[in-house]
Amino acid sequence: MILVILIALLFAGGVLAWMSERVNPNLPRSIALATVLLDLLIMLTLLGSGDSGQWIASLEASWIPRFGISFYLAVDGLSLLLILLTAFLGIIAIGSAWDEITERAGFFYFNLLWTLAGVVGVFTALDLFLFFFFWEVMLIPMYFIIAIWGHENKNYAAMKFFIFTQVTGMLMLVSILVLAYFHYVQAGVFSFNYHDLLNVSFTSRVEMWVMLGFFIAFATKLPSVPIHSWLPDAHSQAPTAGSVILAGILLKTGAYGLIRFAVPLFPAASMEFAPIAMTLAAISILYCAKVAFAQHDIKRLIAYTSVSHMGFVTLGVYAWNEQALQGAVMTMLAHGLSAAALFMLAGGLQHRIHTRSMPDMGGFWAKVPRMAIVALFFSVAALGMPGLGNFIGEFLALLGAFQANIWLTVVSAFGLIFASVYSLWVIQKVFQGEYNSSKFDDSHLSDLSRREMLYFGAMMIGLVWMGMYPQSFLDLSAGTLSGLLSATADAAVAVAEVAQ
Amino acid sequence: MTMTLSDLLPLMPLLLVTGTAVLAMIVVGIQRHYTLTVVVTITGLLIATIVAAMMMSFTNQQVTPLLVIDQYSLFFTVITCASAMFIAILSYPYLQNLQDQREEYYLLLGVATIGAVVMVSSNHFVSTILGLETLSMSLYGMVAYPVHVKDSAKFPLEASVKYLVLSAAASGFMLFGMALVYAQTGTLAFSSVVELVNGETAGLGAGFSIVALLMIIAGMAFKLSLAPFHMWTPDVYEGSPIPATTYLATIGKAGMFVVLLRFIEASDALEFEGVVLVLSLLAAASILAGNLLALLQENIKRILAYSSIAHMGYVLIAIIASFYVEGSISIEAVTFYLLAYMIMSLGAFGVASVISSSESERDHIDDYTGLFWRSPWLALVFTGMLLSLAGIPLTVGFIGKFYLFFAGVEAALWVLLAALIIGSGIGLYYYLRIVYRMVLKADDATTLTSDGAASLSAYGVLAVLFVLLLILGVYPAPVMNLIEVISATI
Repeated sequence: MILVILIALLFAGGVLAWMSERVNPNLPRSIALATVLLDLLIMLTLLGSGDSGQWIASLEASWIPRFGISFYLAVDGLSLLLILLTAFLGIIAIGSAWDEITERAGFFYFNLLWTLAGVVGVFTALDLFLFFFFWEVMLIPMYFIIAIWGHENKNYAAMKFFIFTQVTGMLMLVSILVLAYFHYVQAGVFSFNYHDLLNVSFTSRVEMWVMLGFFIAFATKLPSVPIHSWLPDAHSQAPTAGSVILAGILLKTGAYGLIRFAVPLFPAASMEFAPIAMTLAAISILYCAKVAFAQHDIKRLIAYTSVSHMGFVTLGVYAWNEQALQGAVMTMLAHGLSAAALFMLAGGLQHRIHTRSMPDMGGFWAKVPRMAIVALFFSVAALGMPGLGNFIGEFLALLGAFQANIWLTVVSAFGLIFASVYSLWVIQKVFQGEYNSSKFDDSHLSDLSRREMLYFGAMMIGLVWMGMYPQSFLDLSAGTLSGLLSATADAAVAVAEVAQ
Repeated sequence: MTMTLSDLLPLMPLLLVTGTAVLAMIVVGIQRHYTLTVVVTITGLLIATIVAAMMMSFTNQQVTPLLVIDQYSLFFTVITCASAMFIAILSYPYLQNLQDQREEYYLLLGVATIGAVVMVSSNHFVSTILGLETLSMSLYGMVAYPVHVKDSAKFPLEASVKYLVLSAAASGFMLFGMALVYAQTGTLAFSSVVELVNGETAGLGAGFSIVALLMIIAGMAFKLSLAPFHMWTPDVYEGSPIPATTYLATIGKAGMFVVLLRFIEASDALEFEGVVLVLSLLAAASILAGNLLALLQENIKRILAYSSIAHMGYVLIAIIASFYVEGSISIEAVTFYLLAYMIMSLGAFGVASVISSSESERDHIDDYTGLFWRSPWLALVFTGMLLSLAGIPLTVGFIGKFYLFFAGVEAALWVLLAALIIGSGIGLYYYLRIVYRMVLKADDATTLTSDGAASLSAYGVLAVLFVLLLILGVYPAPVMNLIEVISATI
């Protein structure tokens, strides 16, 4: 029941925020903040109840009996980590929009909360129809966020985002239906239940095609080369809060889908496909790091680094051993915070000086020292400094991947070096060098306010915590991951034997 | 053959609709009173809807060889009468300021509905043609209705003549095909043409049957505006007054589709590979042509016209699937999708109708700029309808598309499914284009809504459709069960 409340609260809060605009234009943001805070508190009550490998809370009710579809939500350690991240970044996003969004604020917070509701649904749904339902539900409000409050080229970016994710989503829908149909043929009843569908058996050729449907949908969201091109556009045009949600949470739904659905449902095909997926991951890491270095637009740069970092997640997932998976999950969490923070900084800069062009910037250290320190912290986090969360994630992912594929791991490890190059280059370009106020309007250039420091501080604490004491996060996801690993062990062995 | 009272009882909805048209005519004859005529029409259609809905649970019989009144036909009778009622309500404010006689429009609407009810109940070529021509004849009138009005911005006469000429040609094709089938089977009732070919009574041979079937399908494809028989659709849609367009796009399509479904099922036409191939080509061509051509349009009516071409292509996939799939799932898919299509199209055209009137049609895409901030509720409804047409969850269109995908997957129609995915992807672009226009900042602050009292009922219709759209999108189980039951009888 608690899971329904989590989602329903966000939906209801969204409607309430929209309606409250008539009363007072400042009311929507307070209502939105209160809603997400309440949601976070409810989620925290789930912590510590039950073993992390088990379902901590679940709910199942018949929904569309004609197709055996049920309203089935459940949370285990992995889901819990991710919905906590969702609520946390939701609060951060509301904070970043607090002053920035003044026009039509009611509708903005409505969309923000509905996106969050869709994401929480994605992380908790265990009926594949319901999963797909939430998967699509989170797109429309995100479309509106980009299309209404975005920047100069928002129509193009919003449209591209929507079409990429929706079309690949339909491929996944076909795969889900094939899966359900095979279950119907083999078991005699319609079902979209995750646990039922785990037992479906295929011929290897069919399994590969069906798996690809899932993989393409998740790889688009992740995103991975060669279907990543929507992301830089979406990010550079979205308002800051939109970027935070997009980079911090929405990308993680793709990774979550790979871990929860794509590999466990089709273990044999996934193992067979793993070398290709890992190659794509290595290409994403290196290619996008290189492309990031070539950007002038600071938001596009951060967007490309996101693709590069998410490559480590793909790499870890398809290495499919405990360390690599732990690394992938850790990277998801740490990147969620660091990318969100960097987008907030870029958004904050744009809000102050109305440009995202890095060649125009320079010498900001003297003008906005607090902002410079914060930016340095998160850049260093993103490049994988030991002691911060990203390092743990990427290190574990590489460690695990090394056992699966030595050469790709070696190549991917160069991504860490490239990351240092572009991260420090940004700092150099923006905060050091010559200050030249003729290229932009610096009348609003002010340092971070107290409220902003609060948000960045919270995210810093999160990253340090992840870096210094990762065990508290690893413990939560360990049960889930080892359960998934043991369930797919047979298939992994079989594929390994064929390969030898 | 004699008619008894027990034969008349199942015909109640049809008789009620007929009675409505007659009564409206008498009322107009006594005194021309616009509102009274509308009220009579709406009330009559409402009663027919309710009666048909009540009869669904216990009526299942063939009334004369011409009409079959089973649950399936009653289901579509309900939909037809309800839609006709909605259109009548939407027409009321639209035609209010027409500088001409306005009452006869509702007679035409009533008579057209008689034709549509006959069509959904028909399993005989004679009743098909009777229903079809009754419907079409009235539609010619409805399309050309504002022809005497000087300020009428559009070209109703051109639309009407275009529709008349092409429609007559299509009817000719269909009649020729029917004659050929008759030559084969010796009956005008829908019946299998296959056994005659394989068994001893060879008739005139399989090739002959295929030609006959293809001629009928070509005629029907014209009425359904499936590519490549779709050329008339955008022009006629654009030239007609919006309520007439709505009628054409909803009831005209659904009625014909029910006939096509019954005919395909009864004639076993899909036993012939050639027919399957032709239908598949029609479906793929409609999906691609409809969606691609819609990209180029600047006129809402033309966009919706092309999108309706695509949607008819989508439904055709389920009809083709019915041959490969055991059980009735693909017939359920057709039924549910048609229901969904009716709701979305009525809603989308309804919004256009509410902000337009017979003097000024607001059907250019620029007319909708900033609608979200000028008339939020109207824009919300329109957005819902467009997203539903695009097949996004929370709306009935998603469940409909889910049904189609399911039927397609079970039948393993991979090529057509690929067309469906590509088509839907393209479709997103032009639906979102309209949505994007609506959320843009408005250039001028003028509200588009017409005067309150008259359009209040039209807002009511839109609200009902919007609620239906959401309820069926979130909790479709009851309607699905109903459709499962009624589809088993086909």
